[in-house]
Amino acid sequence: MIPAAFEYYRPKDIEGVLAILEQHGDDARVMAGGHSLIPMMKLRMADVPHLIDLQDVGGLSGIEVTGDSIRLGALVTQAQIIDSAELTRAAPILREAALQIADPQVRYMGTIGGNVANGDPGNDMPGLMQCLDASFSLIGPDGAREVAARDFYEAAYMTDREDDEVLTAVTLPLPQGGYAYEKQKRKIGDYATAAAAVQITGQGGTCTSASIAMTNLSDTPIFSEDAGEALVGTTVDDAAIKAAMAAMLGDIDPTEDNRGPVAFKKHVAGVILRRAITRAWSRA
Amino acid sequence: MKDEITRDERIDNLKGMGCSRKRVEDARFTQGKGNYVDDVKLDGMLFGDFVRSPYAHARITNIDSAAALEVPGVLAVLTAKDLEPLGLHWMPTLAGDKQMVLADGKVLFQGQEVAFVVAEDRYAAADGIEAVEVDYEELPVIVDPFESLKSDVILREDTVDENGRPTDGAHGPRNHPNHIFTWEAGDKAPTEEVLANAEIVAEESMYYHRTHPCPLETCGCVASMDKVNGKLTLWGTFQAPHAIRTIVSLISGIEEHNIRVISPDIGGGFGNKVGAYPGYVCSVVASIVTGKPVKWIEDRMDNLMTTAFARDYWMKGKISATKEGKITGLHCHVTADHGGFDACADPTKFPAGFMNICTGSYDIPTAYLAVDGVYTNKAPGGVSYRCSFRVTEAVYFIERMIEVLAIKLNMDAAELRRINFIKKEQFPYKAALGWEYDSGDYHTAWDKALKTVDYEGLRAEQAQRVEDFKAGKTRKLMGIGLSFFTEIVGAGPVKNCDILGLGMFDSCEIRIHPTGSAIARLGTISQGQGHATTFAQILASEIGLPADSITIEEGDTDTAPYGLGTYGSRSTPVAGAATAMAGRKIRAKAQMIAAYLLEVHDNDVEFDVDRFVVKGAPERFKTMKEVAFAAYNQAIPGIEPGLEAVSYYDPPNMTYPFGAYVCVMDIDVDTGVPDIRRFYALDDCGTRINPMIIEGQVHGGLTEALAVALGQEIAYDDMGNCKTGTLMDFFLPTAWEVPNYETDYTVTPSPHHPIGAKGVGESPHVGGVPCFSNAVQDAFRAFGNTHTNMPHDHWRIWKTANELGLHD
Ligand SMILES: Cc1cc2nc3c(=O)[nH]c(=O)nc-3n(C[C@H](O)[C@H](O)[C@H](O)COP(=O)(O)OP(=O)(O)OC[C@H]3O[C@@H](n4cnc5c(N)ncnc54)[C@H](O)[C@@H]3O)c2cc1C
Repeated sequence: MIPAAFEYYRPKDIEGVLAILEQHGDDARVMAGGHSLIPMMKLRMADVPHLIDLQDVGGLSGIEVTGDSIRLGALVTQAQIIDSAELTRAAPILREAALQIADPQVRYMGTIGGNVANGDPGNDMPGLMQCLDASFSLIGPDGAREVAARDFYEAAYMTDREDDEVLTAVTLPLPQGGYAYEKQKRKIGDYATAAAAVQITGQGGTCTSASIAMTNLSDTPIFSEDAGEALVGTTVDDAAIKAAMAAMLGDIDPTEDNRGPVAFKKHVAGVILRRAITRAWSRA
Repeated sequence: MKDEITRDERIDNLKGMGCSRKRVEDARFTQGKGNYVDDVKLDGMLFGDFVRSPYAHARITNIDSAAALEVPGVLAVLTAKDLEPLGLHWMPTLAGDKQMVLADGKVLFQGQEVAFVVAEDRYAAADGIEAVEVDYEELPVIVDPFESLKSDVILREDTVDENGRPTDGAHGPRNHPNHIFTWEAGDKAPTEEVLANAEIVAEESMYYHRTHPCPLETCGCVASMDKVNGKLTLWGTFQAPHAIRTIVSLISGIEEHNIRVISPDIGGGFGNKVGAYPGYVCSVVASIVTGKPVKWIEDRMDNLMTTAFARDYWMKGKISATKEGKITGLHCHVTADHGGFDACADPTKFPAGFMNICTGSYDIPTAYLAVDGVYTNKAPGGVSYRCSFRVTEAVYFIERMIEVLAIKLNMDAAELRRINFIKKEQFPYKAALGWEYDSGDYHTAWDKALKTVDYEGLRAEQAQRVEDFKAGKTRKLMGIGLSFFTEIVGAGPVKNCDILGLGMFDSCEIRIHPTGSAIARLGTISQGQGHATTFAQILASEIGLPADSITIEEGDTDTAPYGLGTYGSRSTPVAGAATAMAGRKIRAKAQMIAAYLLEVHDNDVEFDVDRFVVKGAPERFKTMKEVAFAAYNQAIPGIEPGLEAVSYYDPPNMTYPFGAYVCVMDIDVDTGVPDIRRFYALDDCGTRINPMIIEGQVHGGLTEALAVALGQEIAYDDMGNCKTGTLMDFFLPTAWEVPNYETDYTVTPSPHHPIGAKGVGESPHVGGVPCFSNAVQDAFRAFGNTHTNMPHDHWRIWKTANELGLHD
């Protein structure tokens, strides 16, 4: 498992990154933590003649929590998400989810930017960001733009990001109410068999808003608007949860792999969602 | 002379048998100072690596190396055509078959070695591999052994005559071109008669899936041919360095004294490193061709996909009993999938290993076993992954059959075992399939285990859980897994155990130094078992020098005495016995020296812990240390100077360790996720040399058992593509998945072993797999489950629940 030869770049600023991207086009790719990209290169499934390491680029790190939103620099690692007390107070679901990604060694390297930009349906952060209605800041030769997480994913490894654009930050509104990130996996370090992100608010025992997204059950993360809708206005009783599960099952499209056949995945997706809703509601 | 310390203190100072001495190896291993084969770096060393087949079955019409030879750093590309003039394009397997070293016109499994690229470093080799162009013509793929036996696709054209009829194989006639052998044990007709007339017969078919030993360190070697002195040095991850030396000599024609094989530190073997692989042959040839040392190291995918798998047994059983549950007969048929070549690592006369231990721990009067080996388009291997030869399969089979019979009899499975155990007074016990069990006390072990876990309490809790489940109060079921195993280890007596004609004795050579320290060399090789620690302890107790003053060395064929290596838990039973016997030779000579020094007759001194004392006058003694010095500085009439001994030990019998395991598991019926609440393991390995090392071995073996039972498999799709070639999909448990193990023991020494020890490294794996599996199956017993196949990963457990109608 040895990658093909490549040129290695370590620019200091985003202009430097963009210049290399412009010069080499498809042949150049940015690397953040490298824990998705390097394995792909070693398997020779990704051919990257020009590798641009983002680690020294200024302005891509830092966690900022303000009155109504959170901004995570693209290079913020999963370990930093777990360790930030401020972030955990503001959005505890981020920590709960990050703790279920891989293992500590991977989490020291893996970044939020790499995780959401990668486009692997197995990654946990994309679904979570859809649940939280985050947006991604991109910068390219034509300037900067924002894309909603819910509009970003097109197919496996296909996103709205152009090859010559860099993701600089993830911004999300301060989450409200109860939360849960529920994930079934075969072992520590494994991607999800099924995972559900739920953020939910209520008043006087009635659900006022609910946001639900699922991971690794289609070739993109699935934000199931209907599943959330099914809970709003209910007391989140068994009937409502069943309706949400049914709505979610209508949105996902899992495929068979070593984790199991489609029927199993659908069943587990329902179970996981039920548990996530129940836990989130108990915290609302 | 006056004693300053007590006799007990003298015993403690030796750190001999029974002492939980810390592992002397760990100082280097825990500091990253081990010396593994990939740490071997020689001047001008080259790196070789394989072009591998992407197809499971294909004809090769052309190999074009021109572009590869243009890649900077690439020096040579070897193909079968280059090896053919040397007669090395095929090599013998340990099972009496032969195997292509490099694809000779066709490939038989995905990942098969097609060409060997030799380059200045591993990076250039990897680029060179990409540049070799191979033209394949795809052939029909067979991944199912039953289909293989019906197919008119001939997988191995080299095993049929001009009319396409199978020629005889190494183990007799073959009944189909894709059939390898039929091997039988026991009495067919009487067994069939017992089954036909039995009050109760339970039948079950089970598949013991293909898996892989997956040692942390993959296989590899460094070959260095010195053209000036004609000597070949071969470093490698060899579990049997001497056997490798002999095989290399036989197939290369290099005289054996000109070959030096060195096994440095080995990062786990579990059977994966017993066989001979194309990488070894190609490295040797490449070193001869280039005149430079050549290294070959597998990556993880190479290891999982091509070197030595384990298991892949389709087992069909019938077991008969009286209405009261007394077992009267056992019938077993196995269809064994060996892949493209029969490269099993078994003693030559045992093509299905010791599968005929499948009557287990039970007094079964009549039994019959037949095994059919079959070729398919899968990787070769069939090694004993952390078990003696096929013993894991045998024990899984009988421990499942017992459970299936218990269900048929509507009886408690613990009680069924108890009434069928071989009784203490029946040992030595001659089993229906041929073995003679040396010693055992199964009832005592079983009772202790069941009492410790409060078996009755567990069953009561389980019954309540079933009620609660039916009442909708819980979605978790509780499984109680039982297993009682008898292993057969320590291969083995030369009269019936050999590998390619090499008798399976083992050896130890001891040199005592003048100052009272020693070095002992053995024919075995540690792969993490802690030999340097435990063998020194055996010697310490035998010769009375502290274990800390004894160096143990293994793995260098130029210095170590000939032995058959380490696998099948044979090191302690065979080399451990040789160690004790060599120690006794030292002691015998030392006794004469001591008598001379004490000016008494030889028979008037006796050995006591660390010294020889004059009988009846304990104040008059010579310590072993003093005797050692005298051996080198005194001219003693009639006695040669020096103090050395060597022993080659041919064991009179195998040893038969046993144990009683209980697992308690909660299963989430909706997700298929099992949660192991408790695991209790009682092992009886006879005399216990180092209790701490035993406990470590038990923990490791149980963890590998958990892996195999709950998810670890080598799976193929219909096209013969390996679906589990990386650690993402091949299940290796981490500390997180592993429960807290409770260990326990009884001690029933082996009557024929010099120190009564039986071997323990593999017991926990052998007993653990059925225990974990039985726990899963038992959870569903109340709902009509009799048997489901491993691995019990989430989706298969879920499927069981689903098929039993437990989901709404
Ligand atoms: C053993 C193991 C287990 C894992 N388990 C999980 C898991 O359970 N859940 C999970 O979510 N992840 C898992 N991962 C993936 C891990 O979290 C990755 O680190 C993460 O997905 C990618 O982050 P990275 O910083 O390493 O990205 P990289 O590997 O550096 O990059 C990934 C991709 O994103 C692109 N990219 C990176 N940063 C940017 C940017 N700023 N702008 C534009 N493009 C960018 C790269 O070009 C590349 O295509 C696992 C990884 C390993 C090795």
